Amino acid sequence: MNWVNAVVQGILLGGLYALFATGLSILFGVVRVVNLAHGDFAVLAAYLALVVVTTTHLHPLLTLLIVVPLFGVLGYFGQRLVIQKSLDVSPVTTLLVSFGLSVVIQNALLVAFSADSHSFDVGHLISASVQVTPQLSIAVVSVMIFLSAVLLLIGLQLFLSGTALGRQIRASADDQEAARIAGVDTHHVFGIAAAIAFASVAIAGVALGIYSSFDPSAGPPRLIYAFEAVIIGGVGSLWGTLVGGIVLGVAQTLGSQIDPSSGVLAGHLVFLALLALRPQGLVRARLAA
Amino acid sequence: MAKDAEQKAVTQGSIRVTRSRRPAWWGVIGAAILLALLATLPFVVYADVTDALVNVFILLVVASMWNLLAGYCGLISVGQQAYIGSGAYTVLILAQNGINPFVAIPAAILVSAILSIPVSFLVFRLRAEYFAIGTWVVGEVFFLGVARFKSLGGGTGRALPGLALMDPALRGAITYWSALVVTAAALLGTYLLLRSRMGLDLTAIRDNELAARSVGVRVSTAQRVVYVVSAAGCGAAGAIIIISQLNVLASAIFSVNWSAKMIFISLIGGLGTIEGPILGTAIYFAIQQTLAQVGAWYLILLGLLAVVIAMYLPRGLWGAISSRLHLQVFPVGYWLHNSPAPRSIPSPSGGGQGGGQ
Repeated sequence: MNWVNAVVQGILLGGLYALFATGLSILFGVVRVVNLAHGDFAVLAAYLALVVVTTTHLHPLLTLLIVVPLFGVLGYFGQRLVIQKSLDVSPVTTLLVSFGLSVVIQNALLVAFSADSHSFDVGHLISASVQVTPQLSIAVVSVMIFLSAVLLLIGLQLFLSGTALGRQIRASADDQEAARIAGVDTHHVFGIAAAIAFASVAIAGVALGIYSSFDPSAGPPRLIYAFEAVIIGGVGSLWGTLVGGIVLGVAQTLGSQIDPSSGVLAGHLVFLALLALRPQGLVRARLAA
Repeated sequence: MAKDAEQKAVTQGSIRVTRSRRPAWWGVIGAAILLALLATLPFVVYADVTDALVNVFILLVVASMWNLLAGYCGLISVGQQAYIGSGAYTVLILAQNGINPFVAIPAAILVSAILSIPVSFLVFRLRAEYFAIGTWVVGEVFFLGVARFKSLGGGTGRALPGLALMDPALRGAITYWSALVVTAAALLGTYLLLRSRMGLDLTAIRDNELAARSVGVRVSTAQRVVYVVSAAGCGAAGAIIIISQLNVLASAIFSVNWSAKMIFISLIGGLGTIEGPILGTAIYFAIQQTLAQVGAWYLILLGLLAVVIAMYLPRGLWGAISSRLHLQVFPVGYWLHNSPAPRSIPSPSGGGQGGGQ
């Protein structure tokens, strides 16, 4: 029965990874940028939420109302002022600039908040769980995070396929030049895509703080898990990120079940095995983003 | 070698082709004198100077190896620490079996190179942008794999046996000479690789991969060779690290901070030139020494400096210097001279002057 528990927990953990992976997937799918500071921005969002909680005593979930729009704005202007500028130099420059920012954010957080780890106090919610069978209990928080990943993906799907702006984003992702000829302001569209990516990163950061804990160096592992979820699921597929996240989460919890210290390693090995056997990913890309 | 090439200048019609705009023999003589001077240092200065220089050499080697990969192949690796670590642990395992650590350095190079071959087939499946994180995963897998072995110190670290009874002054001097030899070999190896036919391929890939592919450059072969060479150099650096520190901690030797150092040094000095990492290492070391007391601040400053330079001086500080002064220490490109007129024009195909056009 412990195995069933491990699989269920792994699936729910996959929701958290999908939250992280969505932003990475969108930014790469539309703007062709791999943001190596992705995980660090999530941790930055978590610290921002922490500051809001300690100063205003808001409920951690309510900080989303502040942090998410703020990160959306940060994403839009970050794209237009920094990412676009470095993209004009070369794609390699963008990658390296994001890596530099990753180191800067980590160390700035270290200076500002010390290396202590933090988590959000969500009151009775953290211990609330549903006892399915004697061996299997499902934490309400995990389910909420999983459902928010699903809702985010449904929302994005509807936005990209159903709205004019969504179509412009898909067009720009497909062929930037052609979209521009057709009258799309691609720089603005890229800014919107980056805003969505950063807003989702902020949600992921707060979710991380509720689900477990964060410290200044928590970013890089989240980036790696998000990346593995994207590649496992298939580059360019939105729902693939959820599938990839679930595969990675189950691999990690099953790995820990076999040997408590090798969960992360098991996740990496499953990723490398799938990269060797199925480099195109598990889910075929249909949307550009 | 530069002098040979200088004399072997091809004469085609009225155009003379040379390796550099100015005669480069002074560079060779200067490098030889510098090497000789550096080699005598353990007799002249106190051990703290040579110990510091060992650290500089390590940084220079890993940055040069990263730069070879990034600057010439466009392969951004964030996982070269995998090979630094495998080099260090090769020395540890051999020393645990009674082999002198200094003798084990070539084995460290070999093991890192061999390990990189199967890895290359895996990570090369990832497109350029995702290659970076893919190599990072490989670095993590190497770390988590090694940390599982109790005999290798697990998560707590392990002392290097075999050197404890050696006279500290002699040990320090031999460590320094080993580091010097590894550094000289890394730079000379890079130089010779870039001057070879494959160097021309690499320069073409650096300037435009698609165009290179279309004129018949075997891009993935060239990239794989460079990936293996880079791993070998990082393995050598790892061997020097464990010998100079006399112990090894898996989380430190496999730390992604090594990649941060390589990247910052190369970005500041200049991508795609041999001279760039040398200048970058000097600047990095100066900043590190000045700001080491204020902890994390030096990494913040270096990170910001690297970001600004990457965005506004894409060829780094050395690129900015050499394009203004036409200065090259390691000439790897070609220059066309209109003879008899002494005027010279940069070659459109060589693309080597000061890091390309």
